[in-house]
Amino acid sequence: MTEPVDLHAGRVAVFRRQDRLFHGVTQFFASIVFLTLFGILVSLGVEAYPSLSTFGMAFVWTDVWDAPDEKFGALIQIYGTLATSVIALLIAVPVSFGVALFLTETCPIWLRRPLGTAVELLAGIPSIVYGIWGLFVFAPLFAEHVQPHLQAAVGDIPVLRGLFAGAPMGIGILTAGLVLSLMVIPFVASVMRDVFETTPPVLKESAYGVGCTQWEVVTRIVLPYTRVGVIGGIMLGLGRALGETMAVTFVIGNANRITGSLFSPGTSIASTLANEFGEASPGLHLSSLFALGLVLFVITFLVLAASNWLIARGRAKAGR
Amino acid sequence: MAISLYTRRVLTNRVGIFLSMCAMAFGLSALLWILWTLLSNGFSALNWAFFTQETPAPGSEGGGFSNAIVGSLLMLGVTTFVSTPIGILAGIFLAEYGDRSRFAQITRFITDMTLSAPSIVIGLFVYALAVATLGGFSGWAGSLALSLIAIPVVVRTTENMLKLVPTALREAAFALGAPRWKVSLAVTLRAVKSGVVTGVLLAIARVTGETAPLLFTALNNQFMSMDMSQPMANLPVAIYQFAMSPYENWQQLAWGGALLVALMVLAINVGTRILFRQTNLKK
Repeated sequence: MTEPVDLHAGRVAVFRRQDRLFHGVTQFFASIVFLTLFGILVSLGVEAYPSLSTFGMAFVWTDVWDAPDEKFGALIQIYGTLATSVIALLIAVPVSFGVALFLTETCPIWLRRPLGTAVELLAGIPSIVYGIWGLFVFAPLFAEHVQPHLQAAVGDIPVLRGLFAGAPMGIGILTAGLVLSLMVIPFVASVMRDVFETTPPVLKESAYGVGCTQWEVVTRIVLPYTRVGVIGGIMLGLGRALGETMAVTFVIGNANRITGSLFSPGTSIASTLANEFGEASPGLHLSSLFALGLVLFVITFLVLAASNWLIARGRAKAGR
Repeated sequence: MAISLYTRRVLTNRVGIFLSMCAMAFGLSALLWILWTLLSNGFSALNWAFFTQETPAPGSEGGGFSNAIVGSLLMLGVTTFVSTPIGILAGIFLAEYGDRSRFAQITRFITDMTLSAPSIVIGLFVYALAVATLGGFSGWAGSLALSLIAIPVVVRTTENMLKLVPTALREAAFALGAPRWKVSLAVTLRAVKSGVVTGVLLAIARVTGETAPLLFTALNNQFMSMDMSQPMANLPVAIYQFAMSPYENWQQLAWGGALLVALMVLAINVGTRILFRQTNLKK
């Protein structure tokens, strides 16, 4: 008796080789994505090394940025970045919550799709458009009609007076924060809407069944249920705001100092890079700019990592 | 006079709902305001000269953005050409092989991170990688920076689309004896063709308005140039430089450029929605 001959053995072997090749090729391309991130970290680290070794960790909390004297510290830029982002979130979060509440609860069904699409489309508008609008339209109006009144209204109240001190020029930290807030509202609102929609209808219907108002359903049922995802969405908006270059560079005023007043011009990490990188002389100045980039990358990495983790946790909960 | 609990709840509800409508109205009107100023300022700049003449020298009259438009289109073309295959193959890997592998999980996480990483940092990276080492700003470097931003978008949409393919379809193909690569490319990828195309288009829309990564890579060029190894004019950087200039006709050109970029992005976004909905309805 002879062994049964497998007529297809050759082809199976060929297929197996091809499959292994396919696996390898796709994995190779996936690893490009993977390696990019490490490439960014390593290259920023290498380029920033001369500056970081000169100034040490003090780079992060030194408020001097003096190119002719070659003395650099990142505190001014970090302050500007954080201040504009915090202002942006203070406005964007409640507005986005309102938008998401409207889109998921109160809005008539036939309007939900078009309005939801509009919010998503607005999230795609390039940031340079927000920047040019902020510079030419918003800042002059703000200087003429809002800032003087704000100063008059605040009067001599101790802390607020300091915050709104200085000439109303239109451009500055506050303006940058306001323009940023308009830019991140669509992002945060569409994430919030998506996570609100993951609430099981049964939960909401039970609440309505026992007589809850719409407001109570959203604040006591939907919000607690989607808390993790909502925080993730806010962090995503924060990540966007921290690294935004164009919307900020146009309106922040680009002055290397901290005054404590929100009306005065300042600078952020991204806007300093956009302004100075092209003209920086090789050496300590360029290296310090790379160090700024590294600081920005580390901050946004942490924020985005937390955001992704929270959004994924929110989704896993919704799938349970 | 004490307000009853019921009245208070109803009032809270009314105030809350009213505030939420105000938020919606505020958001929409602010954004409509931006679009309106963009249209009213930019529309008059979009004339024949805008599309046919090169960027003007400081102080001179007239001029257009023809070199910037050509440069942007060239770089977007290269970006699409580079990022589409890389993104789709990486997406296939994550969807087909990535269920249990640790490497795939980390890659997926990193893709999500790079999706919203600050684009100016990508510009710094490409500067260190390509501009400083290979001698100078170039259209290639600009395309590389844009590709690094576009790839994660393609990877993510491809993976999400492939995951929608019913397992039965894959199993049917395997049962016929098809090798894995054939199942991936000829069956599952084909089934979600329109979704993957959508992902590529969204990636293009995403990078069309990106300014920050081009500042230190493609730089700018005052003249028409098709040479990708030289600094290259492009719309976003031209808009930035012209808007920041003191000349009125330059600012006017910047408005026109901003309108053009916004229209391109909106057109792609709306187009993909229509395309995606139509192909889904056909099924």
